[in-house]
Amino acid sequence: MKDPIIQLTGLTKSYGKVTAVDQLDLHIYPGEIFGLLGPNGAGKTTSILMMLGLTEPTAGTAYVCGYNATRNPIAVKRKVGYLPDNVGFYPDMTALENLCFIARLNGLSESDAQASAKDMLHVVGLEKEMHKKTGAFSRGMKQRLGLAEVLIKAPEVAILDEPTLGIDPKGVDEFLELIKQLSREHNLTVLLSSHHLHQVQRVCDRVGIFVGGKLLVEGSLESLAHNLQQQKGISTVITLEHAQGDIKRFEEALKALPGLRDLTVNGLTIELKTDSDTTAMAVRMLVNNGAAIVSVSRNDYQLDDIYNTYFENSITTDNAYEKSNGFFKRYQ
Amino acid sequence: MPMKNPTVSSKDINKRPSFPMQVLVRKEIAAHIRSWRFIILILLIALTFGASLYVSSMGLKDAVSNMRDPDQSFLYLKLLTTTDNSIPPFHVFLNFLAPLLGIALGFDAVNAEYNNGTLTRLLAQPIYRDNLLFAKFLAPLAVVGTLFVALVMLMIGGGLLGTGVRIEPQELLRILGFTLISVLYVAFWLSLSILLSIRFRQPATSALTAIGIWLFFTVFFPILVNLAIRPFLPNPNYISEQEYIGYNELILNLLRLSPSQLYSDATTTLLMPSVRSLGPISMEQMVGAIPSPLSFRESFLMVWPQVSGLSAAMMICFAWSYYIFMRREIRS
Repeated sequence: MKDPIIQLTGLTKSYGKVTAVDQLDLHIYPGEIFGLLGPNGAGKTTSILMMLGLTEPTAGTAYVCGYNATRNPIAVKRKVGYLPDNVGFYPDMTALENLCFIARLNGLSESDAQASAKDMLHVVGLEKEMHKKTGAFSRGMKQRLGLAEVLIKAPEVAILDEPTLGIDPKGVDEFLELIKQLSREHNLTVLLSSHHLHQVQRVCDRVGIFVGGKLLVEGSLESLAHNLQQQKGISTVITLEHAQGDIKRFEEALKALPGLRDLTVNGLTIELKTDSDTTAMAVRMLVNNGAAIVSVSRNDYQLDDIYNTYFENSITTDNAYEKSNGFFKRYQ
Repeated sequence: MPMKNPTVSSKDINKRPSFPMQVLVRKEIAAHIRSWRFIILILLIALTFGASLYVSSMGLKDAVSNMRDPDQSFLYLKLLTTTDNSIPPFHVFLNFLAPLLGIALGFDAVNAEYNNGTLTRLLAQPIYRDNLLFAKFLAPLAVVGTLFVALVMLMIGGGLLGTGVRIEPQELLRILGFTLISVLYVAFWLSLSILLSIRFRQPATSALTAIGIWLFFTVFFPILVNLAIRPFLPNPNYISEQEYIGYNELILNLLRLSPSQLYSDATTTLLMPSVRSLGPISMEQMVGAIPSPLSFRESFLMVWPQVSGLSAAMMICFAWSYYIFMRREIRS
C-alpha cells in the first residue's frame, strides 16, 4: 500500500464547550477521490481548514504531503489547491486577471502566469469569458473559475469544499465529470466535501460519513451498502392475491429460509428480513406451496438508506440541542 | 547552440520568482487607482490644493514684501501658508482631509475581502497571513505618498516658473518634512480604519465608527477638554503668572492627545520657520529674542515629540490589528 498523502491523527477542534471535530482519524491515498460527506454543520469545513493550517487544531495532527499543516502551513499550501464553499473573486477584475494574480502569488512569473491562466480557463471551459469581470459571473462560472485557480498551482492535492453547492443539476454533472477526468489525467488526489450523497457518489472512490464531528464510517459505497446489509438484513415484501386460509402454511414453509431474522404477516402481505438475499428462494417456496403472488419488492440497501441511517438519525436531535443551548447561554 | 543562448537568458529573466508581498502590493495599488473612491478623493485633494494655492499666490506679493514678517524671504513656504482668510491654507485643509483619505482607503480593507469570500481563497495560497495586512497598509500609503509628493513638486515647479525665485535648500527640506508628516498622519488614520475593518464585519459599521472617531477628535475633543478643565480653573486674575502658564500648558497637553492637534503643531512649526515655541512663553523668555526664523534642524527638533506621538499612535493601531487579525478565524 502507498503512503497516505493526507494523514489525520486524532484531529480535534473545540470552540468552548462545543466540539466541532472530534478525534478525526483519516488516511487518504495518492490519486484517490475521497468524498467527505455529512450534513451542514458536521465539521467538514473545520477539518479542511485544519488540513490547510488555516485553523489551529485543539489536539491531534494533520500531515498533508508529508508536512505538518499546523507547523508548516506554507509548504502545505504550495502543494494543495483549495476551493472554499462560498468562493468569491475580486469583482472589478476580469477572470484572467483574478487567475493571474493567484498564479503570481504562487511564484509564477508574469508571462508564465498569463499563459497558464489562459490554459486553465480553456480546461474549465471559460475561455469565452476570459475578459469579463467576475462581478457578472454566475455561481456555476465562479465554481469553474475556482477550479481553474486550484489547478493553476499544479497541486498534488485538491480540496474542494461543497463544490456542487448552488449549481444546477446539469452543471453539477459536468463539474464532477471534469473533476474526475482531471484527477485521472494528472493523478491528482481530490478531497471533496458535500452534503449531497447523491451528487458525489458517482465520482468518489471512497467516502467517509462525517456527522456531529465524528467520522462514523469510511469505505467505498459498495462496502458501505454491504455493511449496512450485514447489520440490518435484506427485507422482502411479497403481496398475495388471496389468502384463503393458506397463510399459515406459507408461514411455516418460509421459516425454513436460511438466515431468516424476522417474518411478519399483515393481511395479504408477507414481510421477510434475511441476512442475505433470499428473495428468489422465498418466491419459489411460496409458488411451490401454491401461493398466488401479485407483487414482490426487495429492498436492498441503496444510497437513500445509507443516507437515512447515518445522516438523519444521529445528528438533528443532539446537534440542534447543542447549538440552541449555546445560543441561550450567550444571552443569559 | 550559441543561437539558443539569447532566448534562454531572456526566459530566465521572465522566470525570476516573484515575491508574494510585491504581487499583493501591486494588486492593491492597482485596485485603489482604478476605484471611483480614489478618483473622487484625488479630485477633492487636488481642488483644495489648487484653491489654496491660488489664494496664496494672489497674496504672495504682499506677504513677501512685508518687512515685519521674519519669514518673508521664504517664498515657497509662503505659497503654502499665506491666505486672505477666505479659505484656510493647505496644511489646515489637510488636517481635515487626511483623516478622510486614510479612512476611505482603509475602512473596508479586510472585511470586504471577508464578505466577498476572497479572504479564505487568498490565505489558502502560499503566503503568510501578515503579508496581506502589510500590503493593505503599504499600498494606500504608497499611493498617498505619490499623490502628496506630486502635488508639492507641482507647486514648487509652478512657483519656479512663475516667480523665477530660486528655492532655498531649507525650504525644500521643510516642504518634504511637511509631506512626510502628512503621510504619517494619513498612515495613522489608515491603520485605525484597518483595525476597525478587522474588528467589524460590515464595511458600513467600520466606516461609520472611523468617521465618528474623526469627528470626535476634530469637533468634540477641544470642547470636552474645555468643559473638563474649566471647573478647576481659578480666576486668572488671582493666580501668579507661573500658575497661569502651568494651566495653559496643561490644556495644551490634553489637547495634544488628539492626533489632529499633533499634526497641526508639527506642520505649523515646519512651514513657519519663525514659530519657536508651541506653548506660551513668559516675558522673561521673550526678552532679548530676535524675531528671526529658526534653522530647519531646530524646527525639526521642536516637532520631534509630535512626530513620535503620531508614529506611536499609528503603530499601536497597527500592532493591535496585527494581533487580532493573526488570531482570527477566517472561515466565513
